[in-house]
Parts: sequence; structure tokens; C-alpha cells
Amino acid sequence: MTTDTAAGRFGRYGGRYVPETLVPALMELEGAYAEAQRDAAFGAEVARVLREFVGRPTMLTPAHRLTESWGGAQVWLKREDLAHTGAHKINNTVGQVLLARRMGKKRIIAETGAGQHGVATATACALFGLPCEVFMGALDVERQALNVFRMRALGAVVRPVESGSRTLKDAMNEAMRIWVSQVEDTYYVIGSAAGPHPYPTIVRDFQAIIGKEIREQTQAAIGRLPDAIIACVGGGSNAIGALHPFIPDASVRLVGVEAAGHGLQSGQHGASLTLGTEGVLHGSRSLVLQDEHGQIQEAHSISAGLDYPGVGPELAHLAKTGRMEVRTATDDDALSAFYEVARTEGILPALETSHAFAAARGLARDMGKGKHLVINCSGRGDKDVATISARGVPPATGVKS
Amino acid sequence: MSTELGKAFARAKARGEGALVAYAMAGDPDLARSVDVFVAMVEGGADVLELGVAFSDPIADGPVIQAAAERALKAGATLRRVLDEVVPEVRRRCPETPLVIMTYVNVVMAMGEARYAKLARERGISGTILPDLPPEESAALRAAFDAEGVDLIPLCAPTTPPARAEGIAKDARGFVYCVSVAGVTGMRAELPANLSERLDLVRRAASVPVVAGFGISTGEQAKALVAHADGVVVGSALVKAAHADGPAAAKQLCADIKRGLKR
Repeated sequence: MTTDTAAGRFGRYGGRYVPETLVPALMELEGAYAEAQRDAAFGAEVARVLREFVGRPTMLTPAHRLTESWGGAQVWLKREDLAHTGAHKINNTVGQVLLARRMGKKRIIAETGAGQHGVATATACALFGLPCEVFMGALDVERQALNVFRMRALGAVVRPVESGSRTLKDAMNEAMRIWVSQVEDTYYVIGSAAGPHPYPTIVRDFQAIIGKEIREQTQAAIGRLPDAIIACVGGGSNAIGALHPFIPDASVRLVGVEAAGHGLQSGQHGASLTLGTEGVLHGSRSLVLQDEHGQIQEAHSISAGLDYPGVGPELAHLAKTGRMEVRTATDDDALSAFYEVARTEGILPALETSHAFAAARGLARDMGKGKHLVINCSGRGDKDVATISARGVPPATGVKS
Repeated sequence: MSTELGKAFARAKARGEGALVAYAMAGDPDLARSVDVFVAMVEGGADVLELGVAFSDPIADGPVIQAAAERALKAGATLRRVLDEVVPEVRRRCPETPLVIMTYVNVVMAMGEARYAKLARERGISGTILPDLPPEESAALRAAFDAEGVDLIPLCAPTTPPARAEGIAKDARGFVYCVSVAGVTGMRAELPANLSERLDLVRRAASVPVVAGFGISTGEQAKALVAHADGVVVGSALVKAAHADGPAAAKQLCADIKRGLKR
């Protein structure tokens, strides 16, 4: 099926596959966003909030001990974990909630998997005084108790979703269904660079601040662009944000890391770029995990932020055209990377980010000395401590017991 | 438009009735017993049958149909099996009744749109409704359907601006499915007051019949709508009745709604 005339395409991917009820709202959003982009005052306000409230620019930290331990490229960490609320998600929610306010919307809905997007949306809503409802798979409500508390503390209503796999995919279905019935006054803040046009573009644009800062910061630190940037990919908002500003720079390797879960052969993973096939999920055409009959399969990852059976359409396009390299890391790889980073750099990365670290070791070694590798630290690991500690903590290092 | 669909609407009109498009989920509770539900609905007076083909992520559907889809998927109701096992049996037992498939675009894409269109024609499917395929995305798929004479039936929503609604109506194949409420499928006690104006507008622009759907569950609602539409679609109420009390309950509800559809 070719639909070249449709807006919001990334090669074959993207588009707007939604009930007709939502099409006018998406067109309104497209128009409002284009207008906001032309308005210097809007851009200035987003920049001000990012600076004063979010804490941007986030640092680019040299990872001396990891660099030494891995024995390859010089490793740099882009510290989205230091952004307010502890993850990159806040960049996008601040932008979208300001956009919603500009559009005169009265309430905000969102969906969340690991809870970081829900927390970031609840935070932006609290900051700008808008009521907020967050749909969250019931399974994720159980395994992300800390973030559920944070959302409630911030004044948001958390609505557990019991259907399907009770995870992010089902929360997104439910948010779309609720949006269909309340579309007149409700703004749906999508958290990943996925969903129907114009969301993949809007989310990417608000997250591209990450890559823009990496450009400036590497120029300042090493006098040139990095040789590679690596980021984890669930829906892919941190990845497209970090990578997008470098797409024209052929010298920069762009690397995405997907969740291999229990292993790519196990059938329990979240590797939609690696093993997905072309399909339509949540309003856009992309690569999805599905069976031969077009039924969406449940994804698995130890990380609630990566067990999504789809991926943003632009990342699908970058992967298919070869501009982005795709690697995978299993649950066990991610766990072991979590402790390695904690104990060599003093940072507890989110389990999502741990996947990027797990694949970065091999990449750094492949690249070799004299090269520079940036790892996008999408978020901090506090929300995951219950999941991780349940598996037992390795003994302390360098201390006699 | 497919001859069969046109004839079914014309037959209802000649009898002084609005047409009843009756929806049930193919494969709920299993493939064989869903055939009995479709047959019972025709016995109750359904003029067109709409066979739901389950999708794992039905964003246009409310809880009743979503639950039916989960049951159907458990029973193995793939698009291929619905076309091979449910459709021929319904055709055999209800040879006069046109059949329409309602599913999601991913299910058709997974089979391949040309392959689906060909199989659908061979099995005697008159039209297809894909609630997540707005006009902007539908050109190529519609061309594949047109080539086989399978109507891609468009939807029009309460949020659709009038000019766009007229465009959808003018280009329509089969019939125009006017979604009565801004929301997902499911029963509603009240239908919006401005629904009749919207139906009138679409009907003026359309060269095919116009039906109202979403939220309709009673003969009284059907009665109020029949002055402004060529028919109604009833889905969740029938799915709920069939699930709770079997084919006879669906037949009874069809008969009640048909009484409301008499002009």
C-alpha cells in the first residue's frame, strides 16, 4: 500500500491510521504546532522552562573509569538522568503541555509504561495548572509503584488498564479510546515518538534538544562531533531525540539498542526493529511485533519502558535505510550493565538505559582508542530498584566482609 | 457499489423500512456458534450482516466488542479462518443477505490488501469497514478493493467538519457509516441532538445509502433515526445479547429494532 500523499511520512512509515473522529483533532494539532513553531515567543517560553525548571542543558560527563575498563573509545554520558523528574521524558511533556495550553485545552491525558512519561506529564500539568489523567497498564502499576506514587502526589489520576497484556500497549489503546470520546477539550500527550502524525514529529522535535546539546558539548569538549551515539529504543523518543540532529553527519554512527528480553529466539523480547514486520499500531505504520495474521504480540523486557511491540516510524525508517545501526541487549545483559555502571561511574541508570550501556561496551571496543562514543543516559534507575533488588544484589566490591 | 448491498437497501426501502445492519463478532464464542448468531440475526430481520474480525488492539471499539474480540482470538478467529469457515457457512444459510467485514487495517495489511480483496470477492463479501483507515490513507487500498468490486465503506464522525463530511459522502462506496457519537462503539442512553442534521447533510451529498451507528441499541432509537438515515448499525447491544443469552436473544433484539425501523 503506497500512500505517498499523506502527511507525516518517514519513507514508508508514519501516517495517520486513526478513527475518523480523531482526524480533525490531529489536523488541528498539526496546525497549532506549525503556528507555535513560527512563534518565537513560544520557542522562548519552552526554552525558559527547560532552563529554569528542567535544568537544561544536562551535562555531558566523561566516563573515565568505563573508558579505561572497556579499553576502546572514549566514553561520554549525556545525562538526561539529571533532568528534573529523572528522565528525558520531561523535555517533551513541557513542550506539549505548553502547546495544549496555547490551544486552550482544558485537560490532559497520557499513557505511561515505566511511569516516567506519566510522572513527566503530571509534573508539567502541575506546573501549568491543568488536570491530568494517566492510563497505565495494571501490570506496570504493580511493578512501578514509586512512579505511581509520584504521579498521585503531583495531583494526577492514575487509571490502571486491565485489558490485554496490562502494559504500555494496552494503556495506549485505552488513552486513544478515551481521547476519541473527549476529543473536543482534551489534549493527549503522547510520550514516545510514535502514534499518528503529527506526534512522531512533535515528540522528536521536543526531544531533539538532547542531540543539539550533544553537538555543542562535544564541540566544546573535543573540538568535533562524536564518532558514535548510542541510545536505547522502546518507542524510541530518547533515541530519536539524541540521534536526529546527527542524521546528516555521515561521520557519526547512530546506534539504537532494543530489548532482547529472554533472547531474540525466545519469543519474549521487545525487538521490533530487529524482528518486527511492517504493520499499523496506535495510528502509524511502522515495524511491529505481530503474528502472521496481523495480531499484535506482547513484548517482553525487564524494563517496563522497553516492552512495547512497536517503534516510532522515523526510527523504523532510519533502521531500514541503514542510517541507524540496531543492536540488542537481553534482560541479563541489562542487569549486569546496571551494576557495572553503578560501580564504575557511581550512577544508577534506568533499566532502559542499562540496555544502551550493555551494547555500548562492544561498540566502544569495536571503535577503538581515539574515537569518541556518547551514551544517552535516558533516565535514572530509582524507579527500577524494586525490580532489580528482587533478583539479589552482588556483593560489595573491594571491601573485606 | 456492490449489487447485493444496493438491493438489500432497496428491498428494505420498498417495504417502507430502514435497513438494519447487524454486527456480531465472527468467532465469538467460537467459529461455528458465531454462524448461528449471524443466521439468527437474519431471522430477526437483519438486512445486512457485519462480521467483525477480531484485532488485538481495537482502538475504535468499546469494552463489549473488545471483550468479544478477545474471546474470538482465543477461539482462533483469524481473518483467513473467518473467510474460509464462517463466511461460506453464513452465505449458505442466508444466501440473500449481503455480508460486510469490519476489522482493522493491520489485519488486512497482514494478509495483503490485494489478496484480501480477491479472497473477499471469491467468498461473497460485499464490503469492508476499516475504522482506523481515514480517507487520507485509503487511496491505494480502495483501488485494490475497487478492482475486485469490494466496497471500502467510509466512516464519517460527529467531529468531521461539514465540507469534509460531504467529500467523504461523495466518494463513498457501499454506504456511508455515520458514527453517531464522538467515542468508541458501545450502547448509549442518549444520542446527540444534532445527529439528524448531520445525517441529512451526508445524505444530501451521498449517492449511496447512509446509516447511523455507534450507541444504538433499541427500537426507539432506531425509530428516531429512520427519518434521517437509510438504516442503522447495531453492534455492542447484539454482541452483548448473544454473549449473555445466545442466538435467540440476538434474533429478538433484531426484531425489536426492525419494528422501530418501520416508517
